[in-house]
Amino acid sequence: MSRQERAAWLFAGPVLAAIAAMLVLPVALALLLGLTDYSIYALADLKNLRFVGLANFTELLATPLFWRALGNTALFAALGVPMAIGASLAAALLLHDATVRWKPLWRVALFAPYVTSVVATAIVWRFVLNTRFGLLNSALGAAGIGPVDWLGDPRASIPAILLFVTWKIFGYNMIVFTAALSAVPGELMEAARLDGASRWGRFRHVTLPAIGPTLLLAAVMSVAGFLQLFAEPYVMTMGGPAQSTVTVLYFMFDEGFRWWNLGQASATALILFVLILGVTAVQARIGRRYQWL
Amino acid sequence: MAVRRRTLRAIVANGAVAALTAVTLVPLVWMVTVSFMPRGSSSQVPVPFWPDRWSIENYYELLVRRQFEGAWFDYRILPALLNSIGVAAIATLLGLLLTVPAGYAFAKLRFRGRERLLKLLIAALVVPGQVAMLPLFLMFKELGLVNSYAGVILPGLAGVFAVLFVRQAVLAIPDEMLDAARIDGAGEGRIFVSIVLPLIAPITVTLALFIFLGSWNDFLWPLIILSDQERYTLPVAVAAIMREHAADGELMMAASVVTTLPVLLIFLPLQRFYIGGLLGGSVKG
Repeated sequence: MSRQERAAWLFAGPVLAAIAAMLVLPVALALLLGLTDYSIYALADLKNLRFVGLANFTELLATPLFWRALGNTALFAALGVPMAIGASLAAALLLHDATVRWKPLWRVALFAPYVTSVVATAIVWRFVLNTRFGLLNSALGAAGIGPVDWLGDPRASIPAILLFVTWKIFGYNMIVFTAALSAVPGELMEAARLDGASRWGRFRHVTLPAIGPTLLLAAVMSVAGFLQLFAEPYVMTMGGPAQSTVTVLYFMFDEGFRWWNLGQASATALILFVLILGVTAVQARIGRRYQWL
Repeated sequence: MAVRRRTLRAIVANGAVAALTAVTLVPLVWMVTVSFMPRGSSSQVPVPFWPDRWSIENYYELLVRRQFEGAWFDYRILPALLNSIGVAAIATLLGLLLTVPAGYAFAKLRFRGRERLLKLLIAALVVPGQVAMLPLFLMFKELGLVNSYAGVILPGLAGVFAVLFVRQAVLAIPDEMLDAARIDGAGEGRIFVSIVLPLIAPITVTLALFIFLGSWNDFLWPLIILSDQERYTLPVAVAAIMREHAADGELMMAASVVTTLPVLLIFLPLQRFYIGGLLGGSVKG
């Protein structure tokens, strides 16, 4: 082994060992765990562990709450992605305007919610969304809109949590989109203006095609994020009302660490994994089409 | 005429940005003002935004240990604060020690299997951490790591993203620089410490921020692995208090301030590194 090769293993070895022990091995074990009936009995004595094949999966598919969780998560993603991406794009377009001053200041302020703790800000939003004493309903009331029972009405609970999530994360993609916007060629914009294109026309035919790939990639990447919602329902609604905010991860946590059905929970985690893999495959395809990967 | 239109536009655009920022910051400002309201006074109509009387009773109740019906009682927020600081600091330190040299090795040192390992690392980026959590819990139970600080910190050290992030930054260093040092007889360790580290110092600060804030805000894993209140990190402790004191808005706001303020104080002076890192950090194969 050359001196350089020895140094390389010394440098990279420890983290590779950590990755093998704390990522690769557990994921492999998760596959096995998903095929067993690991429960509180096996937790007490491993002799009670049985191999059950795909029974966990067939049982999951016959569990109404699992389907409910899957449906809720899909709804979170379907509504949340346009909401969050739209908010990020709107903020980025506002910030991008040439006449706006103190841009770094606004950027930091708008980004600030992103770095805060989900648990702490979810608690704050629980009170913002409070039916009687919440800021949101009092603002809506001033505009003549009747009180909405945000976290108590099964039809309002997902939009309510999405309001919070959008508030918390829009700053991230706002930064990404501002960078993409500043790469839009200025001459092209000027040419369109001289040709008499309206502001909407310029946005539609110059800006949008230029930042389109970035938008698409951000949208697909945020799907994966919405599939992993957990702390928000845990803190704000405990999955309620009427199980309207039970997400896949919430279901997994409950199965695994409240009822100690670790086999079942692992099967749930694997299904989540497959869903995220699917999203990533789409993302890679888009990336390849636009030749960045 | 054109000048006036431009002025008008500037007013509208700046006004819109200022309004958006105000709306965004309202929940955070409200969190702070409510935390200083006397107990129960935020629950009235019209909803108060500013305290009639500034009071620190919520912080006093939250942070100070006191006698209650003959027994000592407190919310264990101070221990949780210390736990969070300790866990995040150690996670950051160990994370940097493990991933920065590895990122350099993957960028600049030739070793057998490098390309294959690199491909595996990029593939591993896809794996959501939650899949590993259930087996990790069982493994840690066997090892006696459940309910320990080590149990909280260890899984975070599998820093796949961090290695690729550092590698990306190191790729920009010209090979000639390192080869020149080699010809001058410098050892590999020496080259790393005195040439590479100073050059990637900014990216190291960015990575340290990512790891520290990630560890500070982490919720699911600490919730799973910690069972003893004395060991709780802040998010876990605050979520537990929330379950019992859901109606005590002022108290919960004070708890949220204690959880959010430290990260904002760290983030604000270093925001340039953080936000810059978001854009520079795209990982390529």
